[in-house]
Parts: sequence; C-alpha cells; structure tokens
Amino acid sequence: MNEKNQSLIFELSKEGRVGHSLPEIDIEETAMDELIPAKFQRTKSPELPEVSELQIVRHYTALSKRNHGVDSGFYPLGSCTMKYNPKINEDVARYPGFAHLHPYQDESTIQGALELMYKLQRTLEEITGMDQVTLQPAAGAHGEWTGLMLIRAYHEANGDTQRTKVIVPDSSHGTNPASAIVAGFDAVTVKSNDQGLVDMDHLRELAGDDTAALMLTNPNTLGLFEEQIIEMAEIIHEAGGKLYYDGANSNAILGITRPGDMGFDVVHLNLHKTFTTPHGGGGPGSGPVGVKHDLVPYLPVPLVVKKDETYRLDYDVPETIGRVKPYYGNFGINVRAYTYIRTMGPVGLRKVSEYAVLNANYMLRRLEPYFDTPYTQHCKHEFVLSGKRQKKLGVRTLDMAKRLLDFGYHPPTIYFPINVEECLMVEPTETESKETLDEFCDAMIQIAKEAEETPEVVQEAPHHTVIDRLDETTAARKPILRYQKV
Amino acid sequence: MQKFRYLPMTEKDEQDMLETIGVDQLEDLFQDIPKEVRFNGDLNIEEALDETKLIKEMTRMANKNHNVKDYPSFLGAGVYEHYIPSVVNHMLLRSEFYTAYTPYQPEISQGELQGIFEFQTMIAELTGMDLANSSMYDGPTALAEAAMMSAGQTKKKTILVSKTVHPEARQVLMTSAKGQNLRVIEIDEKDGMTDLSHLQAEYSDDTASVIVQYPNFFGQIEDLEAIEKIAHQGKSLFVVSSNPLSLGVLQPPGEYGADVVVGDAQPFGIPTQLGGPHCGYFAVTKKLMRKVPGRLVGQTTDDHGQRGFVLTLQAREQHIRRDKATSNICSNQALNALGASIAMSAIGKHGLHEMASQNVQKAHYAKQQLKKHGVEVVSDHPTFNEFVIRLPRTVKEVNDKLLDHNIIGGLDLSRFYRDKENLMLVAVTELRTKEEIDQFASVLGGVQ
Repeated sequence: MNEKNQSLIFELSKEGRVGHSLPEIDIEETAMDELIPAKFQRTKSPELPEVSELQIVRHYTALSKRNHGVDSGFYPLGSCTMKYNPKINEDVARYPGFAHLHPYQDESTIQGALELMYKLQRTLEEITGMDQVTLQPAAGAHGEWTGLMLIRAYHEANGDTQRTKVIVPDSSHGTNPASAIVAGFDAVTVKSNDQGLVDMDHLRELAGDDTAALMLTNPNTLGLFEEQIIEMAEIIHEAGGKLYYDGANSNAILGITRPGDMGFDVVHLNLHKTFTTPHGGGGPGSGPVGVKHDLVPYLPVPLVVKKDETYRLDYDVPETIGRVKPYYGNFGINVRAYTYIRTMGPVGLRKVSEYAVLNANYMLRRLEPYFDTPYTQHCKHEFVLSGKRQKKLGVRTLDMAKRLLDFGYHPPTIYFPINVEECLMVEPTETESKETLDEFCDAMIQIAKEAEETPEVVQEAPHHTVIDRLDETTAARKPILRYQKV
Repeated sequence: MQKFRYLPMTEKDEQDMLETIGVDQLEDLFQDIPKEVRFNGDLNIEEALDETKLIKEMTRMANKNHNVKDYPSFLGAGVYEHYIPSVVNHMLLRSEFYTAYTPYQPEISQGELQGIFEFQTMIAELTGMDLANSSMYDGPTALAEAAMMSAGQTKKKTILVSKTVHPEARQVLMTSAKGQNLRVIEIDEKDGMTDLSHLQAEYSDDTASVIVQYPNFFGQIEDLEAIEKIAHQGKSLFVVSSNPLSLGVLQPPGEYGADVVVGDAQPFGIPTQLGGPHCGYFAVTKKLMRKVPGRLVGQTTDDHGQRGFVLTLQAREQHIRRDKATSNICSNQALNALGASIAMSAIGKHGLHEMASQNVQKAHYAKQQLKKHGVEVVSDHPTFNEFVIRLPRTVKEVNDKLLDHNIIGGLDLSRFYRDKENLMLVAVTELRTKEEIDQFASVLGGVQ
C-alpha cells in the first residue's frame, strides 16, 4: 500500500552518492580559471539531490502510486476529454527518427518529419472544414491567443481599429476572456438563456461596429449544441466580426459537423483532448489553429508546404503576425496525434464522436432521477448535474466529489460552468465501456442516498486516500513554494 | 463492420443504452444539429491502418530523417543534445503521471504535485532565485511572459532586449508585445556582447524591463554585474534568460540581482524532438511571487498534520479571474518538468558541475582544434558550450560538405543576422567525442 510518509527527493540525499554515468572525458582538460574568469564562476553549488539510481526509481515509483491517471481508473472530468492515451503513440514519438531531430537541421534531412506535419495540417483542415492549419501553438490557450491575434491583424488591415471587443458566453472557459485581454481586446459577456444556450437577443444587442469576434464552444460547456449557430454566424458576420471556435469540445463533432461549415472563421483544437495525446499532468499539449482563406495571410511562420515531392518550411507569409512559438510547435505531441488519426481513419473518428455522445446521454438518463438536471434535452459528449438537492441536506458538490475518490474515481469537473449552481460536469468519453459507466453511476446513486441517510459519510470524505483534505487557505496565506534544507 | 480497439461498445451495449435513453437510434441524439451544417459521408482523410501497417508507415517516415544519434551534431542555438539517463524515460512511462490531468484533486494527485514542488525547488536552486513556477511552454514564451509581467508590475511600456538574445525568442516577444501594445527596443550587439552604451542610451523612465541572455545566443558570457546597474537605475525589472546547465559552472543570475530568470530545462533529460515540446521555466524574487504566470505548487498539511501539496495562489489564474488574470496560460509542461527533475536528480549536485565543466572543456578543445586547422574563431570572450567561427564559404555549402561525412554542422547565423554571412554558431556538448570533434575540425580545415 501507499506510504503515508513520503520523503522529498532532497531528504534522501547523502553527500557522495551518484545516480549518473556521464561520458568519460577523452581530451586533455584545461584549468577552468583559464577558460572562465573566476569572477563568473559559481561559488555556491545548487542543492540538487545526491541519490543512487534505485533510490530515484523507488522515489518516482512511489510518487506515481500517489497519482491517479486514466490508466488507473475512470476520469470523467468534464471539458477535459480524459480518454485513453494509446500506447503505440508513445512508442512512435520515441522513435529516434522523431525524438532526436534538431530544429535547425537542413530541411533535406528532416523530410519525414515535415511530411508528417504537412499531412497532419491537411487532415486537420479536412476535419475542421478550414482552409489552412498551423501547428505552431503549444496548447489550447496559446491557440486562442494566436487565433485572436490573427483576427486583430485582419481588422487592422481593413482599417477597423475600433473593433476592440470580443464577445464570450458566460459559460465559456476562463481562458477565453483571458486570451482576449492578452491579445489586446476587451472581453464582453453574453448571457445564456434558460435552455443553456446563448441568449440571441443579448447577442444582437452586443454585436456592432466594435465587435472583433465572438468566441464560442460548440457544443458548449454544458454539453449542449448551440442550435442557432447559423443565425449567430449571420449576426456576427453582418456586424463585421469574426467567429472563433474553441475546439475544447471537438470530441462531440468529428465527422458529424465541422466548424468551417458552421460559419466559423478561426478554430483551435486541443490535440491533448480530442486526439488522445496525453495530458501529462498539465502538459505538454498542442493547440493547432485553422483559419478560413481571408485570415491565411496573417498566419504565424513557418508553415509546412509541399512542392513536387519535397516538403519545405515556408517563412514567406508577408502579413504574418510573426512568431508565436520557437521552432515548429510541439512536434513530439503532433506525432502522437497523427499516429492516432491514422489508427482511426474517417470511419473510426466519426464513431468516436457517436459513442462519446451515446455514453454521455446514457449516464445523464441513469443519473437524472437522483440529481437536479438543469437542462433536460439530449446532450452531446458531456452534461451537467446540479447538487442543489443535496446542498439542502448539507452536502456540497465538493463533498460528493471527495466521496467519489473513495470509490477509485476521479470526480467530474465541479463548480464549472459558473452559471450552474453546485455544478458537476461529466464527460465519460468514448473509450469507456458500459460496465465502467454503470459502476460509476451506481457509485453516484449511492452517494445521493448517503447524502439523505448518512450525510456525514460524504461530508467527511475522502476516507481511503493517502492524504485527507488539505489546508489550502494556509497554503495561499503563507506560501511554501520550495524545499529548504533546515 | 470495421472494429476499433479503443472503442469498447458492442452492438448489444449500444441497443441497451439507446433503450435507457429512450431513443431508437444514435442519429436521434444529433437532431439538435441543423441539417444545413451536418457533415454527410466520410471525411476525406487517409483510411485507418491496422497496428502492424501503422508501425511500418510511421517507421518509414521516421527513417526518412537524419537523427542526431546517428549523425554527430554541432547544432545548439537553444536546443541541445545531452546525456539522458535511461531512468528518465522509464519513470516518465509510469502512466499514472502521463495519463493524469492538471492536479485539481490533490488527494489523488500527490505524486504529480510533489514532483512539481521538487522541480520548483531545483530551478530556484539553479538560478539562485527565491522561487520558480511549475513550468512554461518553453524558454522563448517564458521570456515573452516575463516581459508582459514586467509591464504589469512597473506600469511602464518599453521593453529593452539585447540582440544577443535568441532571435526566435525576440520574435515571439515582438508578437506578444503587439498584443499588449508594448514597445520593444532591440539593443545592439558588439563583438557578440550586449552593447552597454547603447543599452544605457535607450534606458528611460518608460523602461519596464531589460532582457539579456546568459550565456548569450553566441555562447558568450554577458557581464551581468554591469547590466544590472543599468537595469536597476530606475524601477524596471532585470530579466535574464539562462541555459540552466551552464549554471553548474556560472554564477547564477540571482547572485547578480536578477528579478526574473527564465529559460528552458530541455538540457535536462528532454530530447530535442525537432524543437518541442520542451520545458520553459520561470523563476522570480519573492517580491514578484503573486505576479507569476502559470501554476504554482505549495506545501501544506491535511487535517492530521500530514505534509501534502496543492496548487496555490490560484487567484492569479484564468480559471478563477477570467479577464483579470495575470496571463491566459492554462497548461504548463508538467510531464517535461517531471522529466527534467528526474534527470536533475540523477545528475545530482556533483554531476551537474561535472557535466557543465565537460561542456566548457569540449567546446574549448573544439576551438583549439579548429584554430589548428586554420579556422577562425571569431571572439576571445569566455564561452560556455557554444562559439562562432568564420568560414571562407557560405555555411550552407560547408554544412553540405559536413553531411557528406555524416556530420551535422552548426547554425548558419545569416539565417537570423543579415550581416553575419559565412558565420557558423557551433555547439559542443559533453556527448561529442574527441574523434568527432577532430573530424569536424579537419573537414572544416579542408574548406577553401
């Protein structure tokens, strides 16, 4: 079992131990003072640990046991698409011909890598219905910012400098308004109506000469498809604005509908959500951006192009917004996503979305009798529950989330979107079996019963984790952000 | 019907589930999508491959590339091939790490949280700073974030950045600065060093930060003591971008009064992989703790007084603050930060000094050999593991010749600096053997 007391790697350190085997020096050495003047030389060694290889293995193995991943168990974290991360993707990304390439090698020596990038660009263009994709952005939020900078460049080129406002729904991801600000816009919020969809009257009111863009997730973070998308696109386009697609929820639409066909001008994808690249405990991800033809002239450099049978990096984008990332994006992640796409093909990708939606609707209907469901229509790949009923019994959504830990599950996303009280947002993904969904629903139903009969069991949860609830208030008031040797 | 190994639903499951939902067919769940925007038919992308064919196809693409394990490389310029202890990859393949999300539920994420807390500690130690965050996308975007933070902190609008800073980092900075309507002034370079008189001349009341690189893009060691004096004559922040491996032998920027130190932890255990993903780091003084972008892990205790770790100071972040956040960054490079930590643990306190020294020694040896073969080494300034040489022909021609000898040559500086025709930036790490260096020097010596 897991140890309660977990040492820090620094606490295992003992002077004189090594965990490395550096190359033996095969040249005659020169005195360091002759190479680097003494005044530039480090006087106090940094306190890195001194540990043996087995100590390292035991330490990180112990840490891994104190961590829950998709491989450990069900992870229905809404809007995060915690699906299975295929093992072959990891193998392929580690092939020396992909892992050990230098970005400044001559293009003739990286034709395979460029071919992969080119094909991934083309494939993502087809999946999203966009004219050109760049693989540069490192993650979703980075893609959002890139996309907004493209929209800004477009408006500026048209002399539309008064377009300073980006409209975001109240149910949007926090990155949307934050990215708008970082790209130099103001964020304005459009309300949702009682069906969980964008309030069209409010949108009409907001759209105007100062509108730069509307950022939309579709299906939205409540898991609902914005049915009025065609009209929304008309409103924004008539006002002279651009439509931005936050691809966080693309797992619901592969081969079913395409942002390009819905009227979107820019889209970013999270390859670490929809395309199975691992989340890695918070990264690295990859956030490619696709655009319609009128935004192509502004794309960040470089793009991968093909001429005859040769692949090239193209820096000749006259009106480019510039560089958003060094080198060529998170190539290692893009290799994994491409491997996945080649595993699934067109039929497989459509099935991914069909089953993601089937699974979510099945869970919604199984849980509906036990929890408040603010929106009762069919959902897409995720849905929200409200813990209002349990709150009246003194059991908060946070308590229920902690209780789920005792059953070996990662809880759903909680308290988001912010427009749903005591929100639980559930996204099962297509890679989970019916048995797993049933077991999880049974656990949720049991917790709903506990809330009525033995609320303290839920309120005091978790009972079976390596650590109990942590004091986050003190952590923020008196921050300890590093180890210091006593 | 085509079957897929990642999709567990059977036809019977599907029927049972549709029944529970109360619909007849899958299609009924998609009625809310307007017909006009439905996609009909199959996406026009390549067909699925079975696992065996897939391996063959991916191997074909990989083998079209020349990798730096088969071809000794003298490329650096921000991305370095170094010794990676085997233990790093083995630990990273513990899937509890790589298949986890951001640690929002600390009770079942202690492993990741502690790993990152250890990373923050190691980066703070290396840079000589009070604290570091949980990582950034990469060195250049970390540098751009530092510039944005300096503008937010000082309420000033001008960034002074040396031309000896990585050109691509400056390009990323330019794009970011445009978003925030900041002015960026590039400070001239003189003999491969920041021109201090130009820096002093451009310094003004509106300077938000002074940004330099150490060792700089040409491998040379900037005089941080002198630059700090200029940077701190007003309220501006002193930002240093630094290769963390070099800090095994060099006095860390923290000792010179840097306010922010950024860079990339790629030299520690992270493969070059065509430039990404790598692992940016961001270290600051305590004063700037609440302005830091990205995630921070802090130590605390549970109800029983047991030590544990949580994400902390989240009031800075986008998911809480939305449009008032200090940055829009959501993710970091957690897995690569973990990999870097494992590598730093393996290399350890003395290994770090040894590895950094070997880089200095090997680069010095390469300089000597090149000089012996009549190749001009451009500067006498002290360097870490990179330096610039002048060639009688274009770097492209010389590199083609090196490739005939199965050697990948250095960076063509004219790619970034118009006035640097025929100049090559050479990197020599601990992995280059005497034999490889000798051959490199001998081929270059033969170029007329």
